[in-house]
Amino acid sequence: MSSPDTVARAADTPDQPQPFAELGLTEAEYGTITRTLGRRPTGAELALYSVMWSEHCSYKSSKVHLKQFADKAPRSSALLAGIGHNAGVVDVGQGYAVTFKIESHNHPSYVEPHQGAATGVGGIVRDILAMGARPVAVMDALRFGPASAPDTGRVLPGVVSGISFYGNCLGLPNIGGELDFDPCYAGNPLVNALCVGVMRHDELQVAAGRGPGNKVILFGSTTGPDGVGGASVLASAAFGAADGESAKRPSVQVGDPFTEKLLVECCLELYSGGLVVGIQDLGAAGVACATTELAAAGTGGMLVRLDAVPLRDASLGPPEILMSESQERMMAVVEPDRADEFLSVCAKWDVRAAVIGEVTDSGRLVMTWHGETVVDIPPSSAADGPVYRRPAERGADQDALAADDPDALPRPADGAAMRADLLALLGSAGLADKSWVTDQYDRYVRGDTVLAMPEDGGLIRLDDATGLGIALATDGNGRYCRLDPYLGTQLALSEAYRNVAVTGARPLAVTNCLNFGSPEDPAVMWQFAEAVRGLADGCAALGVPVTGGNVSFYNQTGTTPIHPTPVIGVLGVHDDVRRRLAIGFGPEPAGIVLLGRTRAEFGGSAWAHVLHDHLGGRPPEPDLDAERRLAGLLAAAAEAGVLSAAHDLSDGGLAVALAESCLRGETGCVVTIPGDPFTSLFSESAGRAIVAVRPEAETAFDQLRSAHDVPGVTIGTVGGDSLVFAGLFTIGLDELAAVHARTLPALFG
Amino acid sequence: MVTFPGSLDDRDAARAVRLAGAEPVSLWHGDRDLSGVDAAILPGGFSYGDYLRCGAIAKFSPVMSELVPAARAGLPVLGICNGFQILCEAHLLPGALTRNAGLKFVTRDLRLRVENAQSAWTRAYRAGQQIVVPLKSGEGAYAADPGTLADLEGSGQVVIRYASGNPNGSAAGIAGVCNAAGNVVGLMPHPEHAVDGLTGPSADGLGFFASVLAGVLA
Repeated sequence: MSSPDTVARAADTPDQPQPFAELGLTEAEYGTITRTLGRRPTGAELALYSVMWSEHCSYKSSKVHLKQFADKAPRSSALLAGIGHNAGVVDVGQGYAVTFKIESHNHPSYVEPHQGAATGVGGIVRDILAMGARPVAVMDALRFGPASAPDTGRVLPGVVSGISFYGNCLGLPNIGGELDFDPCYAGNPLVNALCVGVMRHDELQVAAGRGPGNKVILFGSTTGPDGVGGASVLASAAFGAADGESAKRPSVQVGDPFTEKLLVECCLELYSGGLVVGIQDLGAAGVACATTELAAAGTGGMLVRLDAVPLRDASLGPPEILMSESQERMMAVVEPDRADEFLSVCAKWDVRAAVIGEVTDSGRLVMTWHGETVVDIPPSSAADGPVYRRPAERGADQDALAADDPDALPRPADGAAMRADLLALLGSAGLADKSWVTDQYDRYVRGDTVLAMPEDGGLIRLDDATGLGIALATDGNGRYCRLDPYLGTQLALSEAYRNVAVTGARPLAVTNCLNFGSPEDPAVMWQFAEAVRGLADGCAALGVPVTGGNVSFYNQTGTTPIHPTPVIGVLGVHDDVRRRLAIGFGPEPAGIVLLGRTRAEFGGSAWAHVLHDHLGGRPPEPDLDAERRLAGLLAAAAEAGVLSAAHDLSDGGLAVALAESCLRGETGCVVTIPGDPFTSLFSESAGRAIVAVRPEAETAFDQLRSAHDVPGVTIGTVGGDSLVFAGLFTIGLDELAAVHARTLPALFG
Repeated sequence: MVTFPGSLDDRDAARAVRLAGAEPVSLWHGDRDLSGVDAAILPGGFSYGDYLRCGAIAKFSPVMSELVPAARAGLPVLGICNGFQILCEAHLLPGALTRNAGLKFVTRDLRLRVENAQSAWTRAYRAGQQIVVPLKSGEGAYAADPGTLADLEGSGQVVIRYASGNPNGSAAGIAGVCNAAGNVVGLMPHPEHAVDGLTGPSADGLGFFASVLAGVLA
């Protein structure tokens, strides 16, 4: 083992060159570190700062924009007091609190789809666990390149099998998500994982290292060289040990869901025993991030013995140990006289644990390696990181995009042509039956799943006795956002909000995963700024606060960024899941009412994309006030029991929504189109839903509709074995089902 | 209800037991004590991470050293999914469960036919009755040598069969088998996920739990 670069040695060798640029730090950032420390950083300190100040950990390019989520936050009684906007915990009533978050695992999932996606699930689950909650469900929002591209055939099956492997083995139902395809994601798929957890109000945990003398315990898996992004650079450039295999390990982490399952049960037993003062999960930047953030948020000082970290590779030195992203690890702060009890709970669950340090009141994060000091920094200097206001400028091609009006596209001339267009839409990869994917996920485990894919939102029961539950949906639309990131983000928010509302739940809170290209590209930075502004304004208008989120930059191939793709998650509360609304028609007869206003809006639509490979014009106009009224009506209608089905209108418009409701319920319908047939069938105007009204409740529903000021028109009835558009065309359910079902199996086997 | 490290459906099975009118008792894999239970359920999941082979490590756990002789002496035992795999590994049931024919995990609501309504866990059904219960497994293809399969068919030890297609390549469409005495049953589908129409496709699965309760009370 080569001797470590100590603080003493750093003070003695101020001019020794260091590989800061290879680790992604700029010269200015390196200068800031040197000034903060009054000397050059040691190798371990350089490693620590480089990962803490990475875009991923520091949010240095996004922070100035994200402030709007707090500044514009609507007043909400649902947010539990004392919680910052990045770690939101939502009060859902009856003493229950819920926490939820989405995170990206885009880049690892492209390099190694199976493990990349698997560890994405593992990481977000630990985030939720660290809040004190029991994880109860997961969702995944997935976007890939063209469905027929050979590389999609490599990436998609791997991602799905990784999510299936990890989530199923962890015992978490997968209750929904998204699957879409677009050439812009060909070299950069989006794999965004959401987890939701539940706790009682008093079970909330904090990520703060408080109380001098308290023990710092690292528990879970051992620490290995996996996921050390820059350590091979470190090793070869300055720290020796470049020989042999230790320098050549994959940068994608490997997941072990069985260990994570034990870690979950172990943590929950530790919490219920009152054995934890503070806790943090280890994700990106591993031990570096956990120690720095616990110290910065707590008393302020911490002493860590890096040689006490249990290793799976004895050749690792301080920089690698700090940067390792080995999975299934947590760090807890524990009172000294409870430490033995803590360790014995870990032993019961076969979870490895080691005391690696103590909380101090020194105001310094000090780390030693076999008695020598290798890190000595003010923790907040690493935790806070730099802040950049990067140049943002509307892209030069935005005007041309907006001018490329979809009104110029040739439209289907008659019923037969419209029939063909509807079948083309239903058979397109983005709208086809997703069973090939969702059948690989366990949606039943825990026995509380009331709704899961292909329903509009997932719905989980929290309380058997009262029927209290939570609904969740994620939505994003890169095409809308490419045309107008402000409106597109509000449309994604609107759709997720509406998808929660159509289950009969009341939307309460918002999380997000903001997937964008390089923040150093002013056109991308403009997209990002517009998206954040749109989301903050939209949340204010809908009265739902943003409780947390994640930013993923550098999603691009060469200099070509992906479409701006903010994925928005909305959480709602359902007072009684036994009154949930689902999308399927039948078997009993019902009248079909189309709610909301339909305009001719085809910019970024599925019809323009699938039939004409066209992207241009303006996206549909969001109407947040209408969304709010629609959600109010749906919650009231669910409670009154007047509906037998409800389905949101989105991609593909009314025609696709009706087809989906027929297929889900294995029951047909007869519909007479109001107004221009083409617009009525395929327009994607926001703020709309179809509902099936029970025959005896038509008057009651009309009264509710008027009271909530939601426009609606009766368009037909549920029944039969065909989807019938009177005077236009008819499609038998068998044909509809065959076209819908065959696409993904034909593509992916 | 035995919980191994990695058991997942223990909570669901406990709920099913309650809904059937019985009292669920939790048994820990590390205990050599069956707490005087009247019947035992090995739930689904991934015991010990399914390392080595599904169920292969669980059979060596302390609780199994008590359970195996008790089952041979007539204690009603139901193994669901991973529990079925453990019962096969422990040689309480013949055959083995192998990778699905499609090599993918499969979650699907399936129509099943009750072939044997005499076992401790299927008395509440009629022979030939069709029920709808979810399947969710990656290694659910039942396999046994031709002689064993013929014996199982001949002696009525095939308890449940897939009734609408074969989802995983199981031999003769077998979804569940019992031992010769009929007190030990292994099922690949999950009856604990079919206890009401709210969280499952049907309430058809309750019959398994009701069967054993009726037997215990008789």
